Amino acid sequence: MFGNLSDRLSDTFKNLRGKGRLSASDIDATLRDIRRALLEADVALEVVKNFIGAIRERALGDEVSKALNPAQQVVQIVNEELTQILGGESQQLRFAKSPPTVIMLAGLQGSGKTTLAGKLAKWLKDQNQTPLLVAADLQRPNAVTQLEVLGERTGVTVFAPEPGNGSGNPIEVAKKAIAHAKKAQFSVVIVDTAGRLGVDEEMMQQAIGIRDAVQPDEILFVVDSMLGQDAVNVAKAFKDGVGVTGVVLTKLDGDSRGGAALSVANVTGAPILFSSTGEGLDAFETFHPDRMAGRILDMGDIVSLIEQAQKTFDEEESRKLAEKIASDSFTLQDFLEQMQQLRKMGNMKGILGMMPGAGKMKQQLEDFDESEIGRTEAIIFSMTPVERNMPKVLNGSRRQRIAKGSGTTVTDVNQLVNRFEQAAKVMKTMSKGGMPNIPGTNPVQMGGAVGGAYIGGKKKDKKKKGSKSGNPAKRAAENQGLDYSGSTETKSGSAFGLGN
Amino acid sequence: MFKFLKRLRGEKDLSVESEPQEKLAVKEAAGNVTASELPGIDSASIHEEKTQEAEQPSQALAAAALVTAQAPSGLEAVELPSRSLGKGVRSLFGDAVDMDELEDILILADFGVETAEEIAAQVKKEAGKQGATTDAELRLLLKDLLTERLIRKDSSLNLEDGKLPYVFLVVGVNGAGKTTTIGKLARWLKDGQWEVVLGAADTYRAAAVDQLATWAERAESPIVRPAKEGADPAAVAYQTVEMAINTAADIAIIDTAGRLQNKKDLMDELGKIRRAVEKQAKISEVLLVIDATNGQNAMSQAKAFTEVADVTGIVMTKLDGTAKGGILYALQKELNLPIKLVGVGEQINDFAFFSPEEFAKGLVAKK
Repeated sequence: MFGNLSDRLSDTFKNLRGKGRLSASDIDATLRDIRRALLEADVALEVVKNFIGAIRERALGDEVSKALNPAQQVVQIVNEELTQILGGESQQLRFAKSPPTVIMLAGLQGSGKTTLAGKLAKWLKDQNQTPLLVAADLQRPNAVTQLEVLGERTGVTVFAPEPGNGSGNPIEVAKKAIAHAKKAQFSVVIVDTAGRLGVDEEMMQQAIGIRDAVQPDEILFVVDSMLGQDAVNVAKAFKDGVGVTGVVLTKLDGDSRGGAALSVANVTGAPILFSSTGEGLDAFETFHPDRMAGRILDMGDIVSLIEQAQKTFDEEESRKLAEKIASDSFTLQDFLEQMQQLRKMGNMKGILGMMPGAGKMKQQLEDFDESEIGRTEAIIFSMTPVERNMPKVLNGSRRQRIAKGSGTTVTDVNQLVNRFEQAAKVMKTMSKGGMPNIPGTNPVQMGGAVGGAYIGGKKKDKKKKGSKSGNPAKRAAENQGLDYSGSTETKSGSAFGLGN
Repeated sequence: MFKFLKRLRGEKDLSVESEPQEKLAVKEAAGNVTASELPGIDSASIHEEKTQEAEQPSQALAAAALVTAQAPSGLEAVELPSRSLGKGVRSLFGDAVDMDELEDILILADFGVETAEEIAAQVKKEAGKQGATTDAELRLLLKDLLTERLIRKDSSLNLEDGKLPYVFLVVGVNGAGKTTTIGKLARWLKDGQWEVVLGAADTYRAAAVDQLATWAERAESPIVRPAKEGADPAAVAYQTVEMAINTAADIAIIDTAGRLQNKKDLMDELGKIRRAVEKQAKISEVLLVIDATNGQNAMSQAKAFTEVADVTGIVMTKLDGTAKGGILYALQKELNLPIKLVGVGEQINDFAFFSPEEFAKGLVAKK
C-alpha cells in the first residue's frame, strides 16, 4: 500500500541527506514535495495543510537547527507527526462491562461492511468470544444472504429475521437482536447495516435509529482505503450523523496509497482499530499506527509481514521446519515447499512491498516476475532426491543436466543454489535466537532507525539478499520482527532470503 | 443521443415497410418514428423508440440513415430511453468562484494535483484574455473548458455493429458497484425492448450470485448461475454467451468478481474469462466500474485492468454522494479511456450516459 508515497518521500529525503545545515528554503522545498506526495496519495487537502504546517513549525525550530544531523531530524519529525495523526499507539476494541458487547458497523456502499462483519466475527470467535451477527442491511439485494453465508463459513450464528431486499425495518431487527443475544447469552453482537451516503439524511436517520436501539459500545466506521479527497466529507458526515468510535480500513491489500487513513483518523479523531487486507476471512488484523507511519517512511512493515506469514504457514509444517533448521538439515526440498507456502500469502510483489527499503527497489519489484517461482520449481523438480537433500553434491555436470532438464541455464541453477545457501545460513542464525533485543514498536526508535536508513550506507543490492544486511536499520527491523514473533517462528525469515 | 442496432421483434416490423424518406423526418419530429427503405439499400428497416429528447429531426435522420446504411435486415436502430445525470453532480463552489482557490477546489474534487494546477492556470489565462471577471463569466469559462476537454467521439456504447449477441464484461475492484451497475443497465436495455441475458460469473463473494439474481428479476431478464459456489467463472461466462445465442438475445452482460488490481492471479483470471467468451462471440465492451469516491487510486485500477482485460469504457458509480469524481478527467486524458456511463443513485433508473456538458454544468452550478 503506501508504496508510492514511500518512494516519493524517499526521493525527497534523499535530497536532504548529508546536509549539515538546512536553510529555510531547503525545508520549504522539501515540504512542497511532501505536500504533493501526500496529495497524490489521496490525503485530504485540509489534513495535508495542517500536517505541513505542523512540520514547518517544528522544522524551523531549535530541534532541527541544533541537531547533529538536521535532515535526519526532519525525517524524525515527519515520522512522529504521521504516527500522531494515525492515532499514536494501537488501540483495542472496547468490550462492555456486562455482555453482550454491541458493535455497530457503518459506512458507504461498497466499503466492505458485510465482509468485515464476517471477518470480525471470526476474529472474535478465535478469541473465545461468542459473537452474533445481525443482518440489519435490508437494503442491498441479498446482503442478508451474504451474511448468512459468511456465518456458515465462520460457524457464527446469524440473526436474520427479515429477508431484506428492501423490505423490513432494520431498527426493529436490531432491537430484537439485542434481546435475543441477551437471552441466548452471546458475548458480542455485530450489527451489519446498509451502506449509506453521508448526505442521505433519511438513511442517516435510520442509522441513528439503529444506534439508539442497540446502544453500541463501538460504532465502527468502515472505510475503503482507496477513498479520495471525499474521505473528509464522508468522515465528517458519519461522525456528525451516527457518531464514530473507531475506524476500520478495508482493502489495504490493494496498491492504494491509503491517504484516506490519514484523513479519516484526523477528521474523526477516532482510532483506527483494524485493517482488512485480503479476500480470505483471516485477512484481518489489528491496526498499528506506528508501523503504518514507518511504512510511509519506507521502513517497511516487517512485523505485519511476519504476522501474515505466521498465519499462512501451516503450524505443523512450521514446527518440522524449525526442527530441520535447528538440526541443520534444511534442504532444497524444504526450500521449495517454503516457497510454495510463501506464494499462498498472496502476491509476491505485495509481500516484498512490505519489506524495509522496498520503496527504493521499486524497479526491482516491478521487474520481479511471479513466474520466477515457477522456474525455481522447475529447477528443483529436475533434481534427483539426493541432490535436493544434499545440495553439496551439485557439481558442474549435474548443474548442466538440471539446467537442461528444467529448460533454464546453468546460471539460473547457480543463482538458485546461492540463494538457497544464503537463506539456509540466515535461518540458521536466526533460529539460534542470538540477536540483540530491540523493544516492540517504539515509534521514536523506529524513527531513529529510519534516519539511519537514509543517511546510512549505499550497499543497496547486497542488502536485499539473504537479509543479514549491513544496513543497521534493516537488520534492526528484522530483529524486531523476529523478536515480536516469538522464538520458534523462524521460518518467516525465509521470506527475506527469497524476497530477492 | 446514441443509436444502437438490436434485433427487430414483434409486430412492429409489419408496419414499417417502405415509407418515403421525407415522411421519416416528419414522424421523427413527432417523436415516434417508423422506418423506411432507403434508396439503394435493401430492406433495412428502422424502428425508433419514443424519446423525450428534443432532437433536431435532420440530425436524427442523418444518424438513423448512417446506422441503417450498415444495418443488415432483421435489425432495428434504436435509442435507449432517456435518462439523465440529473442532480447527480454537486457543485464545486459555495457562493462565489474564487480564482485563487480554484486549484485547491479542483484538488478537493479528486482531479489530482497536476491536472488541477493545469486547469486552474488555463482558466486564469483565459479569464485574463477574455476579460472575464464576474462570477457568472468565470463559471461559464470553467464549464466550457471542462466540457470541451471531456467530449469524445467514442463515449457511446459499442452496440452498433449488428453482430448479435453483444457481449459485455463488467470488471472492477471490490465494492465498486459492478452488480448494481449491471442491474441498472439491464433494466435500461429492457425498457428499450432489448432481450438481455445476465451471467453471474462472480462465483467468489458470498451471495453475489443471489444479489445479481435479484437484479435480474427486477430487470425481467434470465440469469445464468454457476453450477455450484466457487465454480469456474469462465465456464459461467461461456454458458451465458451460449444462452444468449440460443435464445436469440440481443446482449449478454457478464458480472465478474471484484478484484484488486494488484492481485495477479485474479487479474489473470479475467483473461481466461475473455477467452472463454471469445470462443463463441466477440466481446463488444469491457466496462470498468470505478467508484467516484475513490481518489487517485482509480488511475492505478484503470491501468491494471486495461492491461489484462482490454477495457473499452468506464462506468463511474456513486456520483450522487459528495464525491465529484474529478479523476474521470485524468482517466480520459491519460489513459484515453472514455467514460461511458454514470451511476447517480440507489434507484434502478439512476443511471445515464456520461454527458460532459451536464457534468461540467453540475460542477460549476450555483448552489
